[in-house]
Amino acid sequence: MNEEELNKAKKAIGEEYQFIHGDTAVAYGALLAGCRFFGGYPITPASEIAEKMAKLLPKVGGKYIQMEDELGSIASVIGSSWTGAKAMTATSGPGLSLMQENIGFAHMSETPLVLADVQRSGPSTGQPTLGAQGDIMQTRYGSHGDFAAITLSPNNIQETLNYTIRAFNLAEEYRTPVFLMLSADLGHMREKVRIPDEVETFERKRPKVPPEEYIPFGKGEYGKEKVPEFGVFGEGYHTYVTGLTHDEHGFPATDDQQDHDKLIRRQVEKILDDREELTDVEKRSLDDADIALVSYGITSRSALGALNKGREEGKKLGYLRLKTLWPFPIKEIEELSKNVDKIVVAELNLGQMYHKVKEHADKDCEIALADKIGGEIHSPDEILAEV
Amino acid sequence: MIELNEEYCKGCNLCIVYCPRDALEPAEELNEKGIHPPVEVEDRCNGCRLCELICPDFAITVVEKDEEEE
Amino acid sequence: MEKKEEKREVEMISAKEIRDKYLRHDMMPHIFCTGCGIGNVLDYTLWALEKEGLDMDKTVFLSGIGCSSRLPGYIDVDSLHTTHGRALAFATGVKITNPELNVIVFTGDGDCMGIGGNHFIHACRRNIDITVIAVNNYIYGMTGGQVAPTTPEGDYATTAPYGNLEPAFDMSEMAISSGATYVARWGVKRPNQPINSIQEALQNKGMSFVEMMSPCTTAYSRQNRMGSIEEFWDWYDNKTILAEDHERIKQYGSEEEKEELKDKIKVGVLHKEEKKSLSERIQELIEEVQV
Ligand SMILES: Cc1ncc(C[n+]2csc(CCOP(=O)(O)OP(=O)(O)O)c2C)c(N)n1
Ligand code: SF4
Ligand code: SF4
Repeated sequence: MNEEELNKAKKAIGEEYQFIHGDTAVAYGALLAGCRFFGGYPITPASEIAEKMAKLLPKVGGKYIQMEDELGSIASVIGSSWTGAKAMTATSGPGLSLMQENIGFAHMSETPLVLADVQRSGPSTGQPTLGAQGDIMQTRYGSHGDFAAITLSPNNIQETLNYTIRAFNLAEEYRTPVFLMLSADLGHMREKVRIPDEVETFERKRPKVPPEEYIPFGKGEYGKEKVPEFGVFGEGYHTYVTGLTHDEHGFPATDDQQDHDKLIRRQVEKILDDREELTDVEKRSLDDADIALVSYGITSRSALGALNKGREEGKKLGYLRLKTLWPFPIKEIEELSKNVDKIVVAELNLGQMYHKVKEHADKDCEIALADKIGGEIHSPDEILAEV
Repeated sequence: MIELNEEYCKGCNLCIVYCPRDALEPAEELNEKGIHPPVEVEDRCNGCRLCELICPDFAITVVEKDEEEE
Repeated sequence: MEKKEEKREVEMISAKEIRDKYLRHDMMPHIFCTGCGIGNVLDYTLWALEKEGLDMDKTVFLSGIGCSSRLPGYIDVDSLHTTHGRALAFATGVKITNPELNVIVFTGDGDCMGIGGNHFIHACRRNIDITVIAVNNYIYGMTGGQVAPTTPEGDYATTAPYGNLEPAFDMSEMAISSGATYVARWGVKRPNQPINSIQEALQNKGMSFVEMMSPCTTAYSRQNRMGSIEEFWDWYDNKTILAEDHERIKQYGSEEEKEELKDKIKVGVLHKEEKKSLSERIQELIEEVQV
């Protein structure tokens, strides 16, 4: 993004220091990252993101539209992205469920977009105003078929803003949908935030060859090899984009096992090859720890409380926070499980990441679950009870 | 004069049916695809181009006679 | 005067030139069954594009899922073959993001009026500046002939083996009452009217809806015993009446003529109005509040 655009965004956002909630931080981060399209549909506790975007986007020349439902909002975002805009939507569980089909389309068509999910209790309408972490698996496995997801999980408001920017950068770099996971508590919690002065942004790689030579779903020529260049609509590339299995030129190739295998493996590998680069964890007090607390998002704040309390009581606790949920930090969990006797996974569901940790942990390491549902976060004691 | 792209023709015969001049008729022989493609009846076509438009398969082109000879 | 000159030029262009200019020949022959009208809808659209002189570098086609939704794949242009029923929502994102693009959507009756019904009425309501060409064949063609929301009451379908119990939607009427600003309906048998009408639809600065009644010679025809391809095409033609004639008979016709109207489907330009499009209004808002 150029200087002028960034200044416009900063001007629209206002003061350098603000006391804002997580939903607002998402809107601010999006603006700073260069997001210029938002297609939304109101849902508690994510509506404030749409409201902020409706107010701010026109000020920076961006477009806001409230669609007729979430099926439509994600569709409009994909359309906008192919037309060259950095585009996003925001929702909560029920909306995320509705979006699954077109999330699959975004994977299949390798469309950059950002989806902020402010989680609430489910299934179904559940507890609309109360937080949860029940959508984790849905971002990874929600749509049918094979794909790899990038899912980020901040735990404070400044990080939410920064990670929104990061989400856009990753979406552009990998030509893929990126999920930004909040929860009602984080979305509605206020903290002091500094609007960054400098923002590093990534712009999707565009083809440099003439249209006749452009291969929209082939090899990347000067970015990542498995991420092809993106020919924006209206620039003469005449790209055919379909959710059907397609060849390198984008045309349906639905009958051949090899065609499908080649396409999907490249799409999955473009993300999983970079697992190490993409995964991000925060570690505390692990050097001498016997027991590790593994958590993410809002729950990591309870886990931090548990760490401090446990240490005061003389327990040799450590703390590992997943900042990237997908791709899953396999190496970190493998290493951790070799260095401690026990891992306690704390999360606001009946065990989702718990199973992932178990899958990758050393067989000699005991894995326990501190689960909680119902819209309240863990108290430190509830986590310590599993230690 | 009509020119037929046999690769595109699926043998619906709509051109034959709707030609106002009865200038087309089905070929006597089946072609490779197992259909009777249209063939032109000598000296009847007036170049109205209806067949070209009514053909669902982009198989017919109407060309002017002299153009053809060139 | 100048216009006339232009028109003559257009008429001079040969079908071969049109096809070479717009079609992706490597995708041909197309997948549609023998005698299916969907190919004609494509042909008429190409002629309308040529007459209107649209820049194919600044045009985007979209579609949902179905036989009719395969059309964009045959045109050498940017296109999004989306998910079932959702093309209009994708199109909304495209048009709003870059209002300079000409946005055209191909859809089927099931795609548009069944699974996509909600997007359809809202796209009309918003009067978003796009052209929708809906192929209405009264049935779900691609999946083998199941009943559609447009299937006439009593007609047969694989999922209505005893005859359809439900009343049908009239897509064009739905478009009008939802707020579309250009609405027309045509059969495929007479090429010139739809060609001119699609051109008018492209010119309209707002939501244009052109319903093309198109015979499905496989799934619909067989189950409803429509006879040969020719008989089926004629049936469609005989079933229709020009909107002007319809109006005239309604006002001045004999009782007998009025009775006959009951069985007829109105074709023609059914609605036309001038109204600001959403894309235009968003642009205006931005000019007003931009920092
Ligand atoms: C979500 C979803 N549901 C069902 C289908 C299966 N499906 C494919 S095409 C189609 C019907 C299309 O009918 P219509 O829009 O009338 O188009 P036609 O094939 O008749 O041209 C259906 C139900 C699908 N692809 N996606
Ligand atoms: S151009 Fe007209 S007259 Fe000639 S073959 Fe075609 S339909 Fe018949
Ligand atoms: S199934 Fe029906 S609508 Fe589909 S291509 Fe065949 S004739 Fe046309």
